[in-house]
Amino acid sequence: MSRKHTVNVLWGLLTAAILLVFVFPFLWMLLASFKTQAQIMSGELTLIFTPTGQNYASVFQQYDFLRYIANSMIVAVNSTLLSLIIGLPAAYSIAKFRMHKLSVIILIARIVPGISFLVPWYIIFSQLRLVDTYAALVLSHMLVGLPFIVWIMIAFFESLPHEVEEAGLMDGCTPHHVFCQVALPMSVPGIVTSSLLSFIFSWNNFMFSIILAGDKTKTLPIAVFNFMSYAEINWGGLMAAACIITLPVLAIALVAQRYVISGLSAGAVKG
Amino acid sequence: MQYSWFNRNLRWIYVLPALLFVLLMMVVPVLYTVRLSLFEWSMSAVSPPVFVGFANYAALFRDQRFWDATVNTFYFTIVALAIEVALGLAVALLLNRKFKGKNIAKTVMLLPMVATPVAMGMVWMLMYEPSIGAANMLLKALGLKPQLFLASMTQVIPSLILVDVWQWTPMVSLILLAGLSTLPADPYESADVDGANAWQKFIHITLPLLMPTIVIATMLRLIDVLKTYDIIYATTQGGPNLKSETLNIYGYVLGFQYFKFGYASALLVVFFLIVLALTLLLILFRNRTRDAL
Repeated sequence: MSRKHTVNVLWGLLTAAILLVFVFPFLWMLLASFKTQAQIMSGELTLIFTPTGQNYASVFQQYDFLRYIANSMIVAVNSTLLSLIIGLPAAYSIAKFRMHKLSVIILIARIVPGISFLVPWYIIFSQLRLVDTYAALVLSHMLVGLPFIVWIMIAFFESLPHEVEEAGLMDGCTPHHVFCQVALPMSVPGIVTSSLLSFIFSWNNFMFSIILAGDKTKTLPIAVFNFMSYAEINWGGLMAAACIITLPVLAIALVAQRYVISGLSAGAVKG
Repeated sequence: MQYSWFNRNLRWIYVLPALLFVLLMMVVPVLYTVRLSLFEWSMSAVSPPVFVGFANYAALFRDQRFWDATVNTFYFTIVALAIEVALGLAVALLLNRKFKGKNIAKTVMLLPMVATPVAMGMVWMLMYEPSIGAANMLLKALGLKPQLFLASMTQVIPSLILVDVWQWTPMVSLILLAGLSTLPADPYESADVDGANAWQKFIHITLPLLMPTIVIATMLRLIDVLKTYDIIYATTQGGPNLKSETLNIYGYVLGFQYFKFGYASALLVVFFLIVLALTLLLILFRNRTRDAL
């Protein structure tokens, strides 16, 4: 018995140690965001100190983060909504009418390096004078969100019991009504999962935004990245900015943990 | 019953918008990139693109910076992938039992992969900072010499690999954890009857049964590790002295800093073929192992 007990304690310690490694950067970020530049630059491990809110204040006052938050929100919400509007019917059609060849396109979209889309878009968008508009950002972020939503929802629609849909058809509903009034309400968990992840992908997007965003539409990741171009890095401000940008995503992960995990491993488990 | 035209053609009407989007935003741009790789053009309004045939490709294969970036890409990919799969499997096995707080553990593991990569790049930059970072504090506490990490030409790739491992090992673990929960109980029971120890059970039962899931997790990671962009560009931009410049970063620099669109396109086509070839190789391997079972 005692040997088993020791094994259990060791196992618990090991698990705790590994989890600590995964959260450590977050703790470090949070800690540094409340320190003064002098405290950070001292290079000493200061764990107990009077926290300062100065970094957060300067992020909003000096660097206008409210506008970047608004920009990120506008792009993430719109690209997710538009992806849902055109992605849900497509996924339903592929699942119900067995058009699986179309889903191969989604796999190829995953493999193609993002920059090979970016070169043509940049050329086209600058000729249409669309660089630094929300339209360009929303369209480019949909490129990640749409295939993802379709991918998750094909699996979801396939798993719906088709007796219910057939009953709807028997009752005289048209296929379009069955989709809107039977299939969609039954698919809310799948829609939540895929929307959350599409939102997160857009919120985090750096590669497309750094090219297609300008002064007017700059999103949070670009604003955080631009912090480095100042002569001396304002570490406290940078960490406060990093906290602000990760907060919504972490909140989603904490609240909707089950959905996010099922979404991220959906492609994998289905194989 | 006779449906209206709309309902009779519903399946096509439903896929049409998505298909148009994919065609206009993905297929056409990729074909355009392939075409552009045969031209020389720097997006100038006065001089139109000049057809140069395969000259961009020929130049690319003579370009030492391209080969260095290829080596860096493979170095980064192979080491990061090996560590993520091995460590991910170990963590999955560790967590694959009933315990209080399993959900908390899963949530904690979720954080690195959903957190904004650019922000996390900044946090790691602070931790790697030679004079004020947590990494050197730790080394000093252990009585070791402080290191340069991202600022060192030899340590920059291993340092970036550590960030990628921190960020993505949890993804491998969560996928494998889902796979472990679907394994049948029977083989383990008969192994217990035969008196097999834990290691034998792992090698002869768990590993073979889990193999298909491991291969899929490896494939998903392979595609993304090869294309790693955010953490590298946010922290080092390929430096110091181009020592962490991967193909993706070099492609970006060629296109959007030098505006050599034709040359950048040639590199991107080659890069796409590399990613595609490696992915197909893994799919082939998966089909082989599946047939063998």
